[in-house]
Amino acid sequence: MWVSRIATGSGAVLERNYMVHRRGLIAFLSGFCEPVFFLFSLGMGMGALVGHITLPDGRVVEYAVFVAPAMLAVSAMNGAVAECVFNVYSKLKYMKLYDAVLNTPVTPMGIVLGEIAWALLRGGIYGAAFLALMALMGLTPSAWAFLALPGVVLIGWTFAALSMAGTTFIRSWQDYDVVATLSFLMFMFSATFTPLETYPEWVQLLIQATPLYHGVTLLRGLTTGAVSFGLLIHVAYLIAVAVVSLIVTAYRMGRALQR
Amino acid sequence: MSPDATMIIARGLTKRFEDRVAVAGIDIDVRAGEIFGFLGPNGAGKSSTMRMIGCVSPPSGGTLRILGMDAHREGPAIRARLGVVPQEDQLDWELTVRENLLVYARYFGISRSVARRRADELLEFVQLADRANEKVDALSGGMRRRLTIARALVNEPRIVLLDEPTTGLDPQARHLVWERLFRLKQRGVTLVLTTHYMDEAEQLCDRLVVMDGGSIVAEGSPRELLERYCTREVVELRFGLDAPLAELADKVTDLAERVEVLPDRLLLYVPDGDTTLPALHDRNLTPTSVLVRRGTLEDVFLHLTGRTLVD
Ligand SMILES: Nc1ncnc2c1ncn2[C@@H]1O[C@H](COP(=O)(O)OP(=O)(O)OP(=O)(O)O)[C@@H](O)[C@H]1O
Ligand SMILES: [Mg+2]
Repeated sequence: MWVSRIATGSGAVLERNYMVHRRGLIAFLSGFCEPVFFLFSLGMGMGALVGHITLPDGRVVEYAVFVAPAMLAVSAMNGAVAECVFNVYSKLKYMKLYDAVLNTPVTPMGIVLGEIAWALLRGGIYGAAFLALMALMGLTPSAWAFLALPGVVLIGWTFAALSMAGTTFIRSWQDYDVVATLSFLMFMFSATFTPLETYPEWVQLLIQATPLYHGVTLLRGLTTGAVSFGLLIHVAYLIAVAVVSLIVTAYRMGRALQR
Repeated sequence: MSPDATMIIARGLTKRFEDRVAVAGIDIDVRAGEIFGFLGPNGAGKSSTMRMIGCVSPPSGGTLRILGMDAHREGPAIRARLGVVPQEDQLDWELTVRENLLVYARYFGISRSVARRRADELLEFVQLADRANEKVDALSGGMRRRLTIARALVNEPRIVLLDEPTTGLDPQARHLVWERLFRLKQRGVTLVLTTHYMDEAEQLCDRLVVMDGGSIVAEGSPRELLERYCTREVVELRFGLDAPLAELADKVTDLAERVEVLPDRLLLYVPDGDTTLPALHDRNLTPTSVLVRRGTLEDVFLHLTGRTLVD
């Protein structure tokens, strides 16, 4: 009963977002371009400086092969954060959209899942396009790379849930600086540009606590073909963060709106 | 459910926000098919009560049953059969007028084809069919209110809750809304509304409660309330600036059943105003203006609380 109610609710929230965005196709496409620019400027530019890099399993690959899956993970993160922080905050506080939705049988969990599904759909499309581009450029030496797509969706889910949970704590637009800083720090220090082993040990521990590190390492393992059961640890970590965030978000949103 | 079943039953219904008591233990019974009103000034607790009935605000105390279900435990099932017009419209600004109705129907799990049919019918019903494809921000306040009413009807609710349905509308727009609400009542829909306009309460409500400071101070049909707390007519006397109104009131107490002293005028509650006027003349009172009118719910509220409803 409550499962079908959540499904109906989140389906309708998803449909609402589709209705709004089918008019803004250009804005939708522009979301794809950012990580592609990064790939070209960092991958190619820095690749010329760095040349080759040694993977943890000892293989030596071009720098672009190393950095491309990280850009893929970053694009999944950025897409989810943009959708679930900025858009959700304005729906929550300014448009009072959810107040209206909660007058219907839709529950807070239905809203949260609907918004996340939308972020995933969007992020999934970007991810697929980016992955195809990587394959075309010869940056996916392994056939395991096709599993990077569900990997991208998982990363998107985790960051969508995490940023929605964060959004319920935001008090004003000023708090955005915190969000921007946090995601930039993760972007810089999640074994994105250099292998984890290049950092001092205590920094390594910090890095390993960030969800982006697990996303980057998972995708890198898949696209370079360094596949082992160890990758499941990253999957489990991402799922755990996502589930906890979902529960926190639905609880806090219900409490804020159903006073 | 039998036709005269009780749609909403509240006993000792209470709402607290931290230390502030917004609703202080009220009892209400709303019968099927009636228009039931909450009349009260700002901060009386009308919206807090409506939000509890709408199952979006958990009661802090008391019991609340709607359509035979418990408000606390069966919120989503109750909300599926309610229509809600909140005090603030809460329309979806990123969608067009028609899309607002379509999407809202989908929140109830209504199929797309039924949603399309109902959206078109409802746009006709609230006279917005010619605006169907405009964005919400292109509508006037009155049109938005009508769209919000249409939105509340997409799920064909048994009960519609309207929190100040006509506040801020011009007289013409108000009459249009009243007329549509009457039609809903004719179709057998139960309507619960709040207002701080006594004329709205008198025109629309079969029964109403007068709320003040979170409590119910009187209840009944508009007629019963007028008979119980007011006289048939009221004589309003205005005097020049700085006139000693309290002293003047003493001079006329015996002419009326009751005299109220307002900052700018005296109100004399009398059965028949025309017989009072000559008596005033005999006492050498020289008001700058005299008005005889019939008693209203505004007078009932003044009598019960010592304050006016709208300042
Ligand atoms: N979310 C809230 N948090 C704290 N206090 C609240 C909240 N909502 C309402 N109140 C308080 O509860 C009291 C009743 O408010 P309510 O909105 O129910 O009044 P109302 O009769 O609808 O008034 P109005 O005619 O102005 O709409 C007020 O003192 C108000 O400040
Ligand atoms: Mg109110």
